[in-house]
Amino acid sequence: MRLLDKLDAVAAARKALLPAGIEVFGTPIEEIYSSTEAKIDGRRILFLGTNNYLGLTFAPECLKAAHNAIDSEGTGTTGSRMANGSYIGHRALEREFAEFYHSQSCIVFTTGYQANLATISGLAGVGDVIVIDGDSHASIYDGCRLSGAEIIRFRHNDISDLEKRLHRLGDRSRSTLIIVEGIYSMLGDRAPLAEIVKIKNAYDSTLLLDEAHSLGVLGKTGQGLVEEKGLVGQIDFITGTFSKSLGSIGGFCVSNHAQLDQLRFVSRPYIFTASPTPATIASTRAALKLLRDGTELRRQLWENARQLYSRLQELGYQLGPEPSPIIAAILDTPQQALALWKGLLEKGIYVNLILPPAAPEGKSLVRCSVSAAHSVEQMAYVGEAFGALRKTLFQ
Amino acid sequence: MASDYNDILHALCMHLRKFCDPDVEITPQTDLINQLAIDSVKLLNLIMELEDEFDISVPLNALADVQTVHELANLIHQIKSPK
Repeated sequence: MRLLDKLDAVAAARKALLPAGIEVFGTPIEEIYSSTEAKIDGRRILFLGTNNYLGLTFAPECLKAAHNAIDSEGTGTTGSRMANGSYIGHRALEREFAEFYHSQSCIVFTTGYQANLATISGLAGVGDVIVIDGDSHASIYDGCRLSGAEIIRFRHNDISDLEKRLHRLGDRSRSTLIIVEGIYSMLGDRAPLAEIVKIKNAYDSTLLLDEAHSLGVLGKTGQGLVEEKGLVGQIDFITGTFSKSLGSIGGFCVSNHAQLDQLRFVSRPYIFTASPTPATIASTRAALKLLRDGTELRRQLWENARQLYSRLQELGYQLGPEPSPIIAAILDTPQQALALWKGLLEKGIYVNLILPPAAPEGKSLVRCSVSAAHSVEQMAYVGEAFGALRKTLFQ
Repeated sequence: MASDYNDILHALCMHLRKFCDPDVEITPQTDLINQLAIDSVKLLNLIMELEDEFDISVPLNALADVQTVHELANLIHQIKSPK
């Protein structure tokens, strides 16, 4: 086999699954009207798959901060912080995140993917063990691989399975990093965090919690699952992303362990990636303030999420185990999922299509992500569209 | 509990039966992916079942070198064997 033949095989498999003329992955967006609407294929489309939970991508405070930063500091940093230095904004955002989580220190990263890659591969190494939830995001799997540590999976959200695996490790549980997520990105369910903290303490392990989908969504001030469960200060490392509730791009890690700062000197993804742009940092700082004070945004977000979840449940769709801003209709076959995805787009609604092996248990998903910026009328229309398609496609 | 290589091989073949066409012959040389069509998701589910049966944890890193039924049985045997 020649080098590029395997890519031709991937292209052929995709072509066999997806009909010609439909760009399911990387759909061309022609114009953005707002945080919830855009033009796709010449038509006005409702965004219901963008993880823009608080709808802050057009917040005037964020736009103004980004404009000012471009004018005063330029469009980019043109290199890593180790080589090109740390701007005022980088250091300020790190202080603000540390303060937000009542933590000793914080590192910001250029993407959320990089935050996990850099943190995990910096914390664990050859000879260590990482125990991860089976439904972990790809950035966690990739960070584990880069670390060179031994990688062990436990069954999704199964506390007894986690404990069994730590028990088998014996003394090695002390050099073990456990990784879980606040809200899981595919089905929208939460980690049983209080029980996980008890187990990690019992086995003297270290716990990393990824709040990518729960930052801004859970907790009184939007810290995430850690705040909702009253566990602030009991998690060793918390990572998260700026590209969902904060409406920009980037990531962070906060911790009370003084060793976190050493990642700046040992973590290759951090050392060798150009730092976040001034505009990104500025809009993220403005968004973090809005997120912290965003009680009303969270109330609206959860009202929308519960409304859609119960409507789809009434219609008979199989959903994830609990209401959440991530609402996934679970379908048995990729063909069913594709038909539903296509039907929704024809009705002016853009959602995410998730096909095996990305979806759990070999199923396919039509994944919606709800925003605080969605109106009651928009949510009602989405419910009507799902109802009409249930009749035409599945009955 | 099975820990001899042959016992492990036998138990592995029993588990594999649930994941593939009943008409396919399974031998130690059978390729898990190309002959039994065990994709990455099925393989991880199979590993979870085997971990329960043999009371072990199989590191994901070790699976990179596994292609055949024999190689998987041998990996389990190595993990079960006293160090």
